Amino acid sequence: MTTPPFESIQVGDLLPGVAAGPITRHTLGLYAGASGDYNPLHIDSDYARQAGMPDVFAHGMLSAAYLARVLTQWVDPSALRQLSIRFVAITQLGDQVHCQARVTEKRIQNGEQCVALELTARNQAGEVKLTGTAVVALS
Amino acid sequence: MLNTQLKGTELTAFSVEVERGRLRTFAKATGQDNPVYWDEAAAQAQGHPSLPVPPTFLFCLEMEGPNPLEVFERLGVNYAHVLHGEQHFVFHRLAHAGETLHFQPRIADLYEKKGGTLGFIVCETRVQASDGAAVADLRSVLVVRPPQPEDMR
Repeated sequence: MTTPPFESIQVGDLLPGVAAGPITRHTLGLYAGASGDYNPLHIDSDYARQAGMPDVFAHGMLSAAYLARVLTQWVDPSALRQLSIRFVAITQLGDQVHCQARVTEKRIQNGEQCVALELTARNQAGEVKLTGTAVVALS
Repeated sequence: MLNTQLKGTELTAFSVEVERGRLRTFAKATGQDNPVYWDEAAAQAQGHPSLPVPPTFLFCLEMEGPNPLEVFERLGVNYAHVLHGEQHFVFHRLAHAGETLHFQPRIADLYEKKGGTLGFIVCETRVQASDGAAVADLRSVLVVRPPQPEDMR
């Protein structure tokens, strides 16, 4: 992977996005096994309804993993310094997850040239599902 | 609703091995198309000793402890009423398949909002390599929201 040089990055730059989904029950079953998060709210409709939800819904951390792919397709994981995710709304069955990252700042942090990013995941209707920030070190 | 006296409680520490097969399954389940995360040869070609741990996977390893529900049991919270509010990672050193990582979780904060109808549990976990080197700091904000009367209409 060719790491982009710090000098070439401009505040406001959009990174190449990631589109995932639509979310199916199969997607959630696969993620439950892979992540070890067997919370029945995500895989058992009967349980979800008893808990007052209309149906199963996506693990927040599944959408977070999609959002992190914007970073992992851009730089080596050793460059990542910080990742913060806020779960704004539930990602439902049938939703697509469109992930985007925008450069908000270039700064020196702990002696390293760093780029700060603002992250957003939206569904197909444009509703914001996750927001976040990340810091990546670039040489 | 939440027993705020448990703020600062250390939860059970544990160690977990990062398994290569598990990382491959995680890559598949999250649509990862960068082969560095599932192909040993591709990872080594990029200078990695083995498959690297993807950024959010540390949260999954945290659930591999002896009892991932410990925090809810300690607080007497029904797991069915818990939603993930925020998840934060600070990365110190990249981890790879084959390593054993040590997790030390604690209840960092407990508070309520909206007249006690919403509870917030903040868990912080320090992740270290087998030599004691800092790998990452995790911070989860969990929201406890028991069903409200209006939900049942």
